Amino acid sequence: MARLGMVIDTRRCVGCMDCVVACKTENGVPDGHCRDWISQRLEGAMPHLRLTITSERCNHCDNPPCVTCCPTGASHVHDYGNVVLVEHEKCIGCKACLASCPYGARFVHPDGYADKCTFCIHRVENGELPACVAVCPTHAMHFGDLDDPQSEVSRLIASRRHFVLKPDAGTKPRIYYLE
Amino acid sequence: MLEFVTTRHNPMVDPALHVWGWEIPVYLFLGGWVAGSMIIAGWLGRQGRSPGDGCVCHVLPWLSLVLLSLGMGALFLDLEHKLYVWRMYLTFQPTSPMSWGGWILVLVYPVLLLGALASVPPDLLSRWPVVAGLAARLRNPGAAGRLGTVSIVAGVGLGVYTGVLLSSLGARPLWASAALGPLFLVSGLSTGAAFAHLIARNPDEQASLLRADNVLLMVELGLIGLILIGLLTASAVHAHAAGLLLGGPYTAVFWVFVVGLGILLPLTLQTLMASHRIPHTVVAPLLVIGGGLALRFVIVSAGQYSHWISP
Repeated sequence: MARLGMVIDTRRCVGCMDCVVACKTENGVPDGHCRDWISQRLEGAMPHLRLTITSERCNHCDNPPCVTCCPTGASHVHDYGNVVLVEHEKCIGCKACLASCPYGARFVHPDGYADKCTFCIHRVENGELPACVAVCPTHAMHFGDLDDPQSEVSRLIASRRHFVLKPDAGTKPRIYYLE
Repeated sequence: MLEFVTTRHNPMVDPALHVWGWEIPVYLFLGGWVAGSMIIAGWLGRQGRSPGDGCVCHVLPWLSLVLLSLGMGALFLDLEHKLYVWRMYLTFQPTSPMSWGGWILVLVYPVLLLGALASVPPDLLSRWPVVAGLAARLRNPGAAGRLGTVSIVAGVGLGVYTGVLLSSLGARPLWASAALGPLFLVSGLSTGAAFAHLIARNPDEQASLLRADNVLLMVELGLIGLILIGLLTASAVHAHAAGLLLGGPYTAVFWVFVVGLGILLPLTLQTLMASHRIPHTVVAPLLVIGGGLALRFVIVSAGQYSHWISP
């Protein structure tokens, strides 16, 4: 079974937010909410400054706390690609998953269920890329099977220095950022 | 220099980051109070009490039914997908404390109902022979003892669950303590004991409950100390979370309302009451009850404020 993940090149990302707009358009994300977002981290002292821009979203963790804490099984690991999804009809809106996510990746949809990035599973199952990856104008975003050593994402991780967000939280995130 | 700019992770622009409002602290407080009352009623019931003897244990199951229903009402108000609440009872998710809690509540209600039924004086049930027969069987010393034991077990489960619900959410470092379950259990017991000695009519019973509450308040202080020490001696993330109560934005409300007015002042008053240096006053138990509510509000709110500080 594939283990889908994402690799984002922080040297190529310019923070244009095309990924955010593409996601909102593709998934009809309601006003005031977002499934992905941009963070900018500026480090150092003048004149030696370092700016890191990261396009962030649900990390589809290998150890997802949102799935283990869900009282109804609405939050689950999907058979296809081990993607973490929410079954809307099972979600009671208790918000335990929101509290359990160290990335703040979830929000309550106005219809009452917990919502978040799905890796555009409806596109991926049809052989397409997630909307955010497909529109990235600098080709900073890559998507594929982390368990396949020949996949583009595996080769990038093997060949470049990289980091993940909040590794100490122990969630084993599947979005890698190239330095 | 380290400057961090993001379109998220800011409760002011993204209210989803402060996920639980007043409903959850109120529910946890009332659940803890009910847990404490069940343990006290179970303990007293095991010692062989009969309806009409004035024992506070006959009032507590009725009170608990009301409090638990209010708490469940608050919990229901918190749900965002209210019409789907029944989904909770189509499954059992062993890794989810909330699922455990949902099923514990299913156990708690019938135990409370049986306890309430056993406490009704027989002459009031004479018109309903079937119910009167069941109540008579429940008052049988053996059955009363078993019901008391079940009441204690269910109460402990309910009280511990209210804390484990939070401590299992590792994304919030302030809650990352195994002692949070025992703290909420002891706080619930203390609240239950305070209310019990507030309404107790038997002087001996009142004195026993008052002394018990003093011990519970001291244990509660000790558990708070252990939690803070545990966080301060853990990782930088956890020490940072403890800082919310030790110099951070929740410091004043925690030390004034939870520790000062909720534990130390009533402990002092109740110690003087226990040694008959001042007469019994309603102020002390009311302060204990208020302190229990403040504890839930501070822990739930500060816990949601705490986060993993690494990028």
